[in-house]
Amino acid sequence: MDFIATMRWGWRQLTSMRTALILLILLGVAAIPGSLFPQRSQNPQKVDQYFVSDPTLAHWMDRFKLFNVYASPWFSAIYLLLFISLIGCVLPRTIEHLKAIGKKPPLTPKNLDRMEGFRVVEQGGDVALLHAKIWFKKNHFRIRVDENSISAEKGYGRETGNLLFHLSLVLILVGVALGSLFGSKGEAIVNVGERFVNTPTSYDTLSFGKFQGQGSLVPFELKVTNFVAKYNAATSMPEDYTLTASVSKPIGSISKSAIIKVNKPLTYGNTKIYLQANGYSPVVSIRDKSGAVTFHGPVIFLPQDANLSSIGAIKVPDMNPQIGFIASFLPTAKSSKTRGVFSSYPEVLNPELVISVWQGNLGLDSGNPQSVYELNTSHMKKIGLHALNLGDTYNFAVGSITFEGWKSWVNLQIVDDPGKMYALFGAIFAILGLLISLFTRQRRIWVKVGSRVEIAGLAKNGIPGLSEELDDLQRKVEQG
Amino acid sequence: MNSIQLATFSNHAIYAALFVFTIAFFAHAFEVAWSVKNVEGSDSTVLDFSKTERAGRIGTAMMILGFFIVTIAVATRGLSAHRVPWGNMYEFSITGAFTLCAAYLFSLSKWKLRWLGLPVSFFTLLTLGTAITVLYRPSEQLVPALKSPWLAVHVSAAIISGGVFLVANLVAATYLWMEVIEKKGERPVWAKKIPSLESLDQLSYRLIAFVFPLWTFAVIAGAIWAESAWGKYWSWDPKETWAFITWVAYAAYLHARVTVGWRGRRAAWLCIFAGSTFLFNYIYVNIWGTGLHTYSGL
Repeated sequence: MDFIATMRWGWRQLTSMRTALILLILLGVAAIPGSLFPQRSQNPQKVDQYFVSDPTLAHWMDRFKLFNVYASPWFSAIYLLLFISLIGCVLPRTIEHLKAIGKKPPLTPKNLDRMEGFRVVEQGGDVALLHAKIWFKKNHFRIRVDENSISAEKGYGRETGNLLFHLSLVLILVGVALGSLFGSKGEAIVNVGERFVNTPTSYDTLSFGKFQGQGSLVPFELKVTNFVAKYNAATSMPEDYTLTASVSKPIGSISKSAIIKVNKPLTYGNTKIYLQANGYSPVVSIRDKSGAVTFHGPVIFLPQDANLSSIGAIKVPDMNPQIGFIASFLPTAKSSKTRGVFSSYPEVLNPELVISVWQGNLGLDSGNPQSVYELNTSHMKKIGLHALNLGDTYNFAVGSITFEGWKSWVNLQIVDDPGKMYALFGAIFAILGLLISLFTRQRRIWVKVGSRVEIAGLAKNGIPGLSEELDDLQRKVEQG
Repeated sequence: MNSIQLATFSNHAIYAALFVFTIAFFAHAFEVAWSVKNVEGSDSTVLDFSKTERAGRIGTAMMILGFFIVTIAVATRGLSAHRVPWGNMYEFSITGAFTLCAAYLFSLSKWKLRWLGLPVSFFTLLTLGTAITVLYRPSEQLVPALKSPWLAVHVSAAIISGGVFLVANLVAATYLWMEVIEKKGERPVWAKKIPSLESLDQLSYRLIAFVFPLWTFAVIAGAIWAESAWGKYWSWDPKETWAFITWVAYAAYLHARVTVGWRGRRAAWLCIFAGSTFLFNYIYVNIWGTGLHTYSGL
């Protein structure tokens, strides 16, 4: 029995409004560290810097999930408790509120002179109650008429709005949970002219919710036909990105042309395709000493600054010994004495490819996964360095490289979130409920006839204007 | 006028507004200081508004004139770039000054609030001054991520909420100050025009109750926009996080008042705390923060 009693006590504590409030404030406080420290989900490079500059501290911070605040057990614990507390707090109130729909207002209190705006009306007499009743009806009060008194109440909508608001918050939390349990999110870099088929292997990164299967991806195929980026000539700031694609859905059907912009994703049901980033892939041909082509094609480089100076790696495992290049691509190359060669504009106006040539073992068979954008030079030695203009060929000891051209690439982000409609409706109802509850006036007014006529009221939640209303009622009672 | 002329015109209008608000500030300061008169032959002081009523009126007139000039400055700034003028922190700041004045003038038409003109003109000067000197950026096109109809909806709701939060904070601060003064005895003469503690308390509550749904809407509109621009309606970006913290703080304030019955000093401190989370978000996250809300420059 003690155990049950304790559980009951615990439940009552958890579902009390005070606990809900404390948990809400706690959630606000718990959100703070995530805005002060870099988060893995947003800025993994900055997190790595913490580990480089002070490993011990970073290790301890990691132990407390300070780089993963919003997925941490302690953050989840707070919002789950809040969720339960909210339901436990709001559901009984909703039931009570529904029960109260048909009910009459409570009895008129014995001593009205303790209430707000108490007044005694000299005239009126017997017809006072009749006049008061007419006034209450006109002003949409619910009334309870007793032998010599009327108890009237208004503002039932306030609690309705209040409950609607809190239930909507629960709906938002349900939407968030559905999205994270049944959704998926992935990114893929695609060169202009290439195809993307929506299967798990096409992605660079892809994560599924806990209850989401691999086969759940919407089947479609997308070919990037064109990509145009416009920049401000004076400031290099981007002004517009437009991606044109031809899409077949389902795979194999007749393709349709579609345009994706930064604020205009392509939508298939709950799945949306976003244009998230872009960059350049220089096109190179690599030949061995005999002149046979050992590598040809565009290589995706990663942009480093606003003028799209990009760096990347080209790996040629089919030569013996293996060859690799560390390269930077400058869309509009410019050189100065202080900065060396750099890019001065994000569009391709004067492209230059600066390469260093490495020979040795690329380490591709070591079993450790490698970044495609970086060259592991621990078992290689540098055998050449050169800057290539468009069309140039550089001959190094065991072969040659030709800088043939460039292509743009786009980073597609593909998100499936089945919970977001719930969150959206929750949000709309929350605002609606909030408006109703904050702007409904809640009042109780009593009229009592005895040896004299007494009027008093109660303004719940201290919304002003009660005395004006009582004045009006008094006038009505006095004058009929 | 072409774009460059419009942008220059907008800048000149800001300088003109700075001048006008300076006059408003001194007029309000004069009104407060000179209405206190020593009674001859005794130590006591009385309020005499016969000489300063005119100063107060000049102050209000200058506030209205300044408000119109700032309106023109914000509008021409937007016209010069063919978009809503909310692309960077300079533009947020001049629009913020606009909403602060609008909130003050609107309240002035309903309640006797002229005493608030002194801090309002001071904060307007501070905001406009920092904007034109420190935060200034030339008028430009928006980066692609900002090109959305939601910019107008989300940012206007956030800026209006911010203006009202700031006014509510000024009222709450005045409450605390007056309370300290009243503890020592009667209010000195210069403070007699300021409303009673009870009305100050009520006023800051009403401002917040009025604007809290709008702030909720601003956060939700931001989430809807984020969904179409970034692929996720909520990603705990620092700005989102602090918008949420502000929301929680004001929700706590409303609960504290309505259900727990907090009034007076505790409510005023909570109000000021909630307002400072908004200011922290605006200043810290814009200038030192990183994340998705940081665009070119500021």
